[in-house]
Amino acid sequence: MLPLRLRAALLSVLILVVFLLAWQGATAGFGGGGGGPATGMDPEYAKLMGLTATTGKSAMPSPVEVGRQLWAVLSDPFYDKGPNDKGLGIQLAFSLARVLIGYGIAVAVAIPLGFVIGMSPLMSRALDPFIQVLKPISPLAWMPLALYTIKDSGISAVFVIFICSVWPMLLNTAFGVASVRKEWLNVARTLEVGPLKRAFTIILPAAAPTILTGMRISIGIAWLVIVAAEMLVGGTGIGYFVWNEWNNLSITNVIIAILVIGVMGMMLDQILATVARLVTFPE
Amino acid sequence: MASKDTFRRFSRLFSGCACGRHRSHAEHDMAAARPAQDDAARYAGAVETAVVQALFPQAAHRRAFLKAIGGTGIAAALAPFLPLGAVTDAFAQGTGAIEKKDLKIGFIPITCATPIIMAHPLGFYSKHGLNVEVVKTAGWAVVRDKTINKEYDAAHMLSPMPIAISMGLGSNPIPFSVPAIENINGQAITLAMKHKDKRNPKDWKGFKLAIPFDYSMHNYLLRYYLAEHGVDPDADVQLRSVPPPEMVANLRADNIDGFLAPDNICQRAVYDGVGFIHILSKEIWDGHPCCSFTASQEFVTANPNTYAALLRAIIDASAYAQKPENRKGIAEAIAPANYLNAPPVVLEQVLTGTYADGLGNIKKDPDRVSFEPFPYESFAVWILTQMKRWGQVKGEVDYQGIAKKVFLATEAQKVMKEMGLNPPAATSKSFSVMGKPFDPAKPEEYVASFAIKRA
Repeated sequence: MLPLRLRAALLSVLILVVFLLAWQGATAGFGGGGGGPATGMDPEYAKLMGLTATTGKSAMPSPVEVGRQLWAVLSDPFYDKGPNDKGLGIQLAFSLARVLIGYGIAVAVAIPLGFVIGMSPLMSRALDPFIQVLKPISPLAWMPLALYTIKDSGISAVFVIFICSVWPMLLNTAFGVASVRKEWLNVARTLEVGPLKRAFTIILPAAAPTILTGMRISIGIAWLVIVAAEMLVGGTGIGYFVWNEWNNLSITNVIIAILVIGVMGMMLDQILATVARLVTFPE
Repeated sequence: MASKDTFRRFSRLFSGCACGRHRSHAEHDMAAARPAQDDAARYAGAVETAVVQALFPQAAHRRAFLKAIGGTGIAAALAPFLPLGAVTDAFAQGTGAIEKKDLKIGFIPITCATPIIMAHPLGFYSKHGLNVEVVKTAGWAVVRDKTINKEYDAAHMLSPMPIAISMGLGSNPIPFSVPAIENINGQAITLAMKHKDKRNPKDWKGFKLAIPFDYSMHNYLLRYYLAEHGVDPDADVQLRSVPPPEMVANLRADNIDGFLAPDNICQRAVYDGVGFIHILSKEIWDGHPCCSFTASQEFVTANPNTYAALLRAIIDASAYAQKPENRKGIAEAIAPANYLNAPPVVLEQVLTGTYADGLGNIKKDPDRVSFEPFPYESFAVWILTQMKRWGQVKGEVDYQGIAKKVFLATEAQKVMKEMGLNPPAATSKSFSVMGKPFDPAKPEEYVASFAIKRA
């Protein structure tokens, strides 16, 4: 019997192959949803029409087409043909920069505030209703308000990332801080450790795994939000790329963007997962 | 934004020339081939560069072209296509010093914006001494907010929008002005293929129809068309605001039954076999304005010379776009991803007026879209009557006053005369919509004359 890891990898590959084959079969086998292949169309007229209308070709690209286009896009990621047409690499860099700024501010706010909430039952109860109301708001709902008050679309996008990614971190930090074992705090008290030292040498290491979990959830949310924000604000970024290709009804490029967004999100998550492993401790 | 510049510099590393001062090798070669020169020669050189770049957007082609003609005599080689001499002369004639050279202009990717967009690749902005960046924008509300926020110096807007903004409908009142109309006609009613037998609007009860924006000619024209056929646009059908790029996808998904939308969206629905063109908007009102070139009053007063140069560039571009022989080339120039991001064959059908209607016929209508920039005040008055008619504005409306303040017909007259063009003598004209005459002097009576209205 092969080791579990290898079997899992094999199964993953198998699932991918089955999925790709099914996809290829589905796009090659049937015509488009409506109409079907038109016969006896005037050739002059056909010249003015798209392939979907003339040959009944599905608007859905096959995996081979997507692969070919993916190669074309990835082999020239840094071209710049003016303000509305840049390579995928540049778009990703714009999105990443926005996410990191917004997320950075969120970390800077959420962790200290989370400590305050976690260490003080009064603050915890007082702020709870606000957090509960603000937490579930969609990024798109913030956007008009941000654009109207901040009056700058770039900063608005960063603000929206901040406001959406701050909550999981805040709640997790507060929870982590509040659930540090009482024995440890009591030992600290017997040794007459000051509150600041207590926060840094006892609570922070003890709560670190929970805080990191919150940060991991938050980076996922920040990456989710950036696409929506950029679709709305436009200009640059991976979200704008999706919107621009949607505009052209280019499903192939939209699928590529989806792939790239997924891979990038996974990488961000993995980085934080690695950090989380470093701070985990056995009890 | 600082980070943006860094990225731009970064990207230049990959596409620039050896010395780093030019955008491509071809430009570098051209600059190197030109020794010290006087001003006139420099203008000629700049115009040549712009034209060559526009004609051959790809560096490789450009290089091949320059090699073929030996680097000199570009003007001679291109003379049959473009009178470079005349272009250069106009360029050299500046009036006052331009206050702000680097401008940002927002646009929505539809063919209505043709003059604003094509002025970039075809070099009309640089000809008038401006360095303009045309920025694609996701929707009308975003264009409005970004222009109000001064992220854009000027913008492509639906012609009712500057009126609405100036009056404070849907935003704080901020005085905006329309020195030029982008296009007249050029819209269409498109229906889903399943409705190909329902050509009478009386059968449309219960339809879900999309329009691009509440303050749009599309909204007013569709409401007008429906009401003339006895269909109440508020009670009998559902009108939805949908951004143009999403319309075809929604039509395909069966979310809507049709739309009155700008082109290239209508033609795109036909191209993809999702819909057919029921009528062109010119069949409702031949010569109706659609989109406008817009700037805030503040920008105009702070930068009068920039504004004049910008207006000259737009009027110049519109005049170029109006000529049928240029339409094919324009379709080619604005199709790439940096501009409209649409198949050239779709744009060509819209601009040349030889198009597939989606029902198997090829139709020919050279006036499908026209680019006549003159902002008649009576256009604004008509828009105001429809705002009143459908309850977007209540109470007394100062029709003539608002029209005069927003639609700068006198200004356009002046600039067009200076440019040696022939502007209309009157700032207002009467016209008829679906056979019903409109007298701009009697707007209240006009509103009162409709059977279906909310006023």
